[in-house]
Amino acid sequence: MCLAIPMKVEKVEGDFAIVSIGNVKREVNISLLENVKKGDYVIVHAGFAIEKLDKKEAEKTLEIFKEIK
Amino acid sequence: MKYIEQYRNTEKQKEIIKEIHKYGKLINRNVNIMEVCGTHTMIIGKYGIRKLMPENINLISGPGCPVCVTPINYIDTAIELSKIKDVIIVTFGDMMKVPGSFSSLEKEKANHAEIFVVYSPIDALKIAQDNKDKKVIFLSVGFETTTPLIAQTLKISKEKNIKNFYILAGNKLIPPVMEFLLREKDTEIDGFICPGHVSVIIGLSNYISISERFNVPCVISGFEPFDILLSIYLILKSIKENDCKVINEYKRTVRENGNIKARKVMYEVFDVVDDEWRGIGLVKNSGLKPKDKFLDFDAEKKFKIINKNSKEKKECLCGEVLKGKKSPFDCPLFEKICNPENPYGPCMVSSEGTCSAYYKYERK
Repeated sequence: MCLAIPMKVEKVEGDFAIVSIGNVKREVNISLLENVKKGDYVIVHAGFAIEKLDKKEAEKTLEIFKEIK
Repeated sequence: MKYIEQYRNTEKQKEIIKEIHKYGKLINRNVNIMEVCGTHTMIIGKYGIRKLMPENINLISGPGCPVCVTPINYIDTAIELSKIKDVIIVTFGDMMKVPGSFSSLEKEKANHAEIFVVYSPIDALKIAQDNKDKKVIFLSVGFETTTPLIAQTLKISKEKNIKNFYILAGNKLIPPVMEFLLREKDTEIDGFICPGHVSVIIGLSNYISISERFNVPCVISGFEPFDILLSIYLILKSIKENDCKVINEYKRTVRENGNIKARKVMYEVFDVVDDEWRGIGLVKNSGLKPKDKFLDFDAEKKFKIINKNSKEKKECLCGEVLKGKKSPFDCPLFEKICNPENPYGPCMVSSEGTCSAYYKYERK
């Protein structure tokens, strides 16, 4: 099951981080990523952060729509 | 909730649907677009996307649910392992109801087998640490999204010198099965909606090779209905312009080279092998088994269970459904004796299974 809603990094402690969405917080392993920082948005799968959300690219995908019109 | 609102703008989606209909007319022949991700299958069902398509555009579901493609022999082995004294089986929840030849893990748990459901492989390792007098076996299934996490868990276990943790390896790779389906007779695939989170790990290169060799467009898609619609539009546009290539629609999360670190961990722990897919058969270079230096964790080697009596139920059409050759509606068992409460075949078990998604969202 792919949970595709990005979660916000609240705190980083070694290989682990506390991430949140709304009022839900949980600990995730961040050892498969480089340079995770507080304030980043990450995609979480089965207890591990697997990638960071790229804010610029998120905007660009929305821009593709303009090309359609 | 970063970018959720923007990606759920209905007006934008209506515009894309209009464009899809325009391209449907321009192409003017049947087009089969396959998704290879259980979560995409669910989104297409949940948001009624199939019904929004022009008549000549068919959305077909491929083998995107890891639980569904796990061979019956694997389930039977897991059940046999659960009967061994002092063994704890740990699994993702979806595996519990999957029918084996004679039983399921859920039934065995009711018969007092020690079987625990976890959300993460790290939780499975913790169970091993908390139960040093037991042998803890994690049912290691999943595609490229999940396998690096399991590999990392094994590395942690090795570093911490944990001696009572094992995996029953059943992990699989997606690009080889996509290629297998393209080579199958009477499966016609004109375009792929590629799995978003598998692609997070593997990046674009495997799809580029497939797209070039088979002249088929591959669009890596995110998980909002907007993403799926946009991906379908991009596939149709590629077909119309006869410019079949790989497009990354999910750039906000998928990098061109994937997650290199995660891939490195995965191949540090696992070797690529030929592997059996339930309902599909043997697919070359599509499976993963622990490398020699991780063999101490391999439950298959440690416990040497051999199942000779595994057998599939003949009436079940899951194999044809997984290959995109049949729809669940073609199966005589669908809705009648096979439903989510009493799944007869694997595609009805997991919420991501094609039959389960069709049962929940698309019954007529």
